[in-house]
Amino acid sequence: MDIKTLTFIVVGLTFALYIGIAIWARAGSTTDFYVAGGGVPPVANGMATAADWMSAASFISMAGLISFLGYDGSVYLMGWTGGYVLLALCLAPYLRKFGKFTVPDFVGDRYYSQTARVVAVICAIVVSFTYIAGQMRGVGVVFSRFLEVDITTGVLIGMAMVYFYTLLGGMKGITYTQVAQYCVLAFAYTVPAVFITFQMTGHVFPQTGFGATLADGSGQYLLERLDGLSQELGFAAYTEGTKSKLDVFAITMALMVGTAGLPHVIIRFFTVPKVSDARRSGGWALLFIAVVYTTAPAIASITKVNILNTLNGEDQQGVLYEEAPSWVTNWERTGLISWEDHNEDGRMFFSNDERNEMNVDADIIVLASPEIANLPNWVVALVAAGGVAAALSTSAGLLLVISSSISHDLMKRTLMPHISDRQELLYARIAAGFAVLIGAYFGINPPGFVAQVVAFAFGLAAASFFPAIIMGIFYKRMNSHGAIAGMIVGIVFTLAYIIYFRFINPAADNADNWLFGISPEGIGTVGMLLNFIVAIVVLQFTKEAPKEIQELVESIRYPRGAGEATHH
Amino acid sequence: MAFESEDHAKAYWKENLALMLKLLSVWFIVSFGFGIILVDVLNQISFFGFKLGFWFAQQGSIYTFIVLIFIYIRQMNLLDKKYSVDEE
Repeated sequence: MDIKTLTFIVVGLTFALYIGIAIWARAGSTTDFYVAGGGVPPVANGMATAADWMSAASFISMAGLISFLGYDGSVYLMGWTGGYVLLALCLAPYLRKFGKFTVPDFVGDRYYSQTARVVAVICAIVVSFTYIAGQMRGVGVVFSRFLEVDITTGVLIGMAMVYFYTLLGGMKGITYTQVAQYCVLAFAYTVPAVFITFQMTGHVFPQTGFGATLADGSGQYLLERLDGLSQELGFAAYTEGTKSKLDVFAITMALMVGTAGLPHVIIRFFTVPKVSDARRSGGWALLFIAVVYTTAPAIASITKVNILNTLNGEDQQGVLYEEAPSWVTNWERTGLISWEDHNEDGRMFFSNDERNEMNVDADIIVLASPEIANLPNWVVALVAAGGVAAALSTSAGLLLVISSSISHDLMKRTLMPHISDRQELLYARIAAGFAVLIGAYFGINPPGFVAQVVAFAFGLAAASFFPAIIMGIFYKRMNSHGAIAGMIVGIVFTLAYIIYFRFINPAADNADNWLFGISPEGIGTVGMLLNFIVAIVVLQFTKEAPKEIQELVESIRYPRGAGEATHH
Repeated sequence: MAFESEDHAKAYWKENLALMLKLLSVWFIVSFGFGIILVDVLNQISFFGFKLGFWFAQQGSIYTFIVLIFIYIRQMNLLDKKYSVDEE
C-alpha cells in the first residue's frame, strides 16, 4: 500500500481511539472539565502529563533542530527535562496542597488580590497563545506532507481537528485520551529510531547506538564521522556547536524554569488525590518523557548522516536531481525542502557554504527520517500518527488553559461572579474557538521553527509565573505589590525583547545586537531575574503579606489534609 | 496542622529544605556544570564513543534528573512518616 493510504488508515484509527475515549470519559461537571475530579492515579497522570507536555515541538521539531544545531541543540534536551526536577521538588506538592484549579487561582489567592489574579490570567493567555502557535505549525507540517497539500491547508485542517476534539472532553476526557496518545507517540518515536540505529551501527538501543562505531566496516565512530563531514561541508563540528556559553546557559535555564511555570503542566498536578501522589506524578512524567528525549539525539545525529549521504552521495560530490530519493520529491510538494541548481551541474548539494543548493526546513527531519532511511511505509505512517498525537494532546491541554483562564479566572472569579456552571462552560468553549483561530494565524505565519516558537512560550512562563509561585511558597512575607510588579516587569521585558528581534527588527537578530549576547530564546532567564529583583525591591517599600496569608503559606508546606481540589 | 508541636513543624520544613537544596545542587552541577560550563574540559575524555561533556548534555543529565526525582519521592515519604504527617 502507498504511504498516503496507510497514513489515512493509521491516523484514522488512532483518532477514532481518542474520540472514543473522550466520549467515554465525557466531562459531566465543571470540576470534571478542569481537574478530572481529582481521581487520576499517579502513573496514569504521569503518562498524561508526558503526552500533554511532549508537543509537536518535542516530537516533530526537536530532533530536527538538534540535527542542525548539534551540541547547541542540547539546550532543548536538558531544558525540557531538567524543569521537571524543579517542578517535582519545588512546586507540585505545594500547589497540590493548596488545592485550586488554575495557576491564576493560586496567584490570586496567595497574593490576596484581584489585580494579581488578572495579571496572572493575562500572563497565562500570552504564554499559552505563544505555545499553541507552535503546535498549529506542527500539525500543519504533518498534514501538509501526508495529505499532499500545501502548509496553509495543512494548518487549517489541523486547526479544525484540534477544536472539534477539545470540545468533546474537558480534563477528564483529556487525561485518559492523553494516556493513549502517550503510548502512540512513544511507540511511533522509538520504533523508527531503533530501525535507523540498527541500520547505521548494528546497535538496537538508540541511546547507546549513536555513540557506537559505524556498521559500514570503517571502524569509525558515528559522531566522529559526523564531526568530520560537518566540517568538510562548512557546518560547525557536530559535537561542539557555535552558540556562546552564556546563551546556551540562558536558553537552558529559561526552558527549565519555564517548564516549571507552564500553566498547562502545573494544572496536571491538581488532578491527583494526594500530595505524595503529586510528587510521584512528577517522577513518572519525567521517566516517560525521557523515553523520547534520550532517543531524540540519536535520531538527530543518525538522520544528519543519512541526509548528507542521500543528498550529497556517499562520496559527497552531489547526487543527480533525476536520481533524487523519493523523500526529497515528496517533501518538495510541501514547500519545506527546495533545490536551486546554482552551478547548473544537475546535482543536488547540501552544505553550509557557497556550494549549498538545498533549503531544508528543520521541522521535516523527524517526519522524513523513516523515508530517508528507506524504512517500510507503515513506519512512515506510524510516525505521522505519532506527530498528530503529540500535537493534539498538547493543543487540547493548552486550549483548556486558555478557556479556563478566560471563563473561570476572568469571568467567573472577577467580572461576572454570578454566572452558572453551564454559562461558564459556554464561555470556555467560545474562548477555545478564538484561541484556535489565533493559533492558526501564527501557524501559517510562524515566527520561527516549531521548537523555537515553543521556546518563547517557556521564556515568557519563566519570566512571569515561576518567580511569583516560588516566592508564594518559599517567601511568606512576599506581598501582592511585589508579586504584581515582578510579573509585569518580567513578562513585558521578555515579550518586548522577543517581538523586537523577531517582528520589528529581524535584521538585527544576531549575537552582536543581543543583550549580553543572549538570544530571544534565552531572554526569559533575564526576565526571570528581573522579576525576582523587582519583587524583592518593591517588598522593601511596602507592607509585608498579612498574617493570615503567611499562615496559609505555612499550611501548604505540610502534606496532611490536602483534600480534593476545590471550587469556591 | 497535624504536628505534635511548633518545633516539629519547623524541623520538618528544615529537613525538607535541606534535602531540596542537596538535590538541586546535583541538578545544577550535572546539567549546567558538566553539560555547559565544563563541557570543553570533559570533551577531552572519551566515554563509550561519546565525548563525555557532549554525553552529559544529551544523555547523562536526563538520567540524573530521573534519579533525583525518585530519590526525592523516597526521602520525602520517609520524612512524612518520621513526623507522622503522611497522608493516610
